[in-house]
Amino acid sequence: MAGAGGGGNDIQWCFSQVKGAVDDDVAEADIISTVEFNHSGELLATGDKGGRVVIFQQEQENKIQSLSRGEYNVYSTFQSHEPEFDYLKSLEIEEKINKIRWLPQKNAAQFLLSTNDKTIKLWKISERDKRPEGYNLKEEDGRYRDPSTVTTLRVPVFRPMDLMVEASPRRIFANAHTYHINSISINSDYETYLSADDLRINLWHLEITDRSFNIVDIKPANMEELTEVITAAEFHPNSCNTFVYSSSKGTIRLCDMRASALCDRHSKLFEEPEDPSNRSFFSEIISSISDVKFSHSGRYMMTRDYLSVKIWDLNMENRPVETYQVHEYLRSKLCSLYENDCIFDKFECCWNGSDSVVMTGSYNNFFRMFDRNTKRDITLEASRENNKPRTVLKPRKVCASGKRKKDEISVDSLDFNKKILHTAWHPKENIIAVATTNNLYIFQDKVN
Amino acid sequence: MSEKLSADSRCEQTGDEKQDTQEKEAVVPERAEEAKLKAKYPNLGQKPGGSDFLMKRLQKGQKYFDSGDYNMAKAKMKNKQLPTTGPDNNLVTGDHIPTPQDLPPRKSSLVTSKLAGPENHDSVNAACGMQDHN
Repeated sequence: MAGAGGGGNDIQWCFSQVKGAVDDDVAEADIISTVEFNHSGELLATGDKGGRVVIFQQEQENKIQSLSRGEYNVYSTFQSHEPEFDYLKSLEIEEKINKIRWLPQKNAAQFLLSTNDKTIKLWKISERDKRPEGYNLKEEDGRYRDPSTVTTLRVPVFRPMDLMVEASPRRIFANAHTYHINSISINSDYETYLSADDLRINLWHLEITDRSFNIVDIKPANMEELTEVITAAEFHPNSCNTFVYSSSKGTIRLCDMRASALCDRHSKLFEEPEDPSNRSFFSEIISSISDVKFSHSGRYMMTRDYLSVKIWDLNMENRPVETYQVHEYLRSKLCSLYENDCIFDKFECCWNGSDSVVMTGSYNNFFRMFDRNTKRDITLEASRENNKPRTVLKPRKVCASGKRKKDEISVDSLDFNKKILHTAWHPKENIIAVATTNNLYIFQDKVN
Repeated sequence: MSEKLSADSRCEQTGDEKQDTQEKEAVVPERAEEAKLKAKYPNLGQKPGGSDFLMKRLQKGQKYFDSGDYNMAKAKMKNKQLPTTGPDNNLVTGDHIPTPQDLPPRKSSLVTSKLAGPENHDSVNAACGMQDHN
């Protein structure tokens, strides 16, 4: 796969589609909270704050005129989670979908896990394109016939019907988390998965809902001694015994489930040493890791903290092998970003299919890509102003200080309410899904 | 959000740390920001026992009215001023006397996501295989 920046052999990104309402008045329920391609890339799922899941399917490419890759159209939509109230603790449980993870396809149906703060659900999405007709005891509209009026018997047959896509909850994994679930990750054994909240990580079997194993517990005996929380967790893509979890202090722990039942002692601890003289009030907050993702190869992992993206080699714990600055110009704005809570925004990050490019979001509906080979980076914008079909997106530039050049945007003009927290990259092709607050943008590389 | 970054004279005050290295240049703005914050909120970071951020994070979720807490707090507060809702209002219900205005509005009824609605017409032509005229 080619690189991220402009020019030469590099990718030229074009607008493809945008989903969602145009109006500026965004209802809370419409805020997109997660975006995920399935393993083939044919399906793209989104979750929102209203607890709804929308799945898009890529239409088959027009083989004669393959001037562009297939469009993504709505395939299925359903209410995954509903708002609940925990009466015992006087706590409202949000229906917001925190994460969606697809299972690899085993048969005609598709399966995904979706989770809110407390409950994980396994959903089966299946197609129905035939229906039985010619019952003996039922009319076509479903009314029952009086058996005494039946004079002959016939064999019902299946006849084609318009495609119907049905979503049904097959498993509900509940009551295992006291704190708020931030991650779910399916194991490479395709039988188990983990769910992580602020202080604990549990291991589940996909078939068993009434019990789960606690594999990490960092809750201190005395809550006043609490210094860090778990922010994200993921299973290794190939080793079914290995998983990592990141913390609010900027560390990542790799654990091996073969070592002990309770993996409170890590096998590896990844931490970049900090110069103590550089420490400020903000240091810990901005070092908090908001996302951790293994590369497809399993050799590397990527972490996202407030200002940067770091690539770690699993064989080297003492520092990352690559660091990319996402929006370093925000370092001189930390006071205001603390006051408006933006400093706590949790940005995600993702790899492209060949692990050569990484992508993450920023403010002002900007998103950034870093090419690990060419070391070039690019800033693009998800905006309806750019939606001329197949026009290459223009790179954006933020002017940190000094004289602003034409077409640059100054830091003070950035809209901090327009944040891109969730992005996803098709596992095989150069197609990306970028979520703004309530819209989903799909971009593709220019074909020909 | 836009905020004018006025010429920050605090940069000069960190004179003894100001060496001509790249990393120090990067840190000075952070320290300047910290100084700004401390000037606005002098009591920040002085609470004992556990980080404020972490506690707030763990206790995310509304706390509703509890008549026992309410009456206890009223009794305690008889001789003091009533506290106003501040950033810590979710930490201890007993000290904060909730009012009907504090409670969040009821959630709206469940409707289909707008992502599943009709697409903006501008994008319909995006991938229908239009010829490139180059």
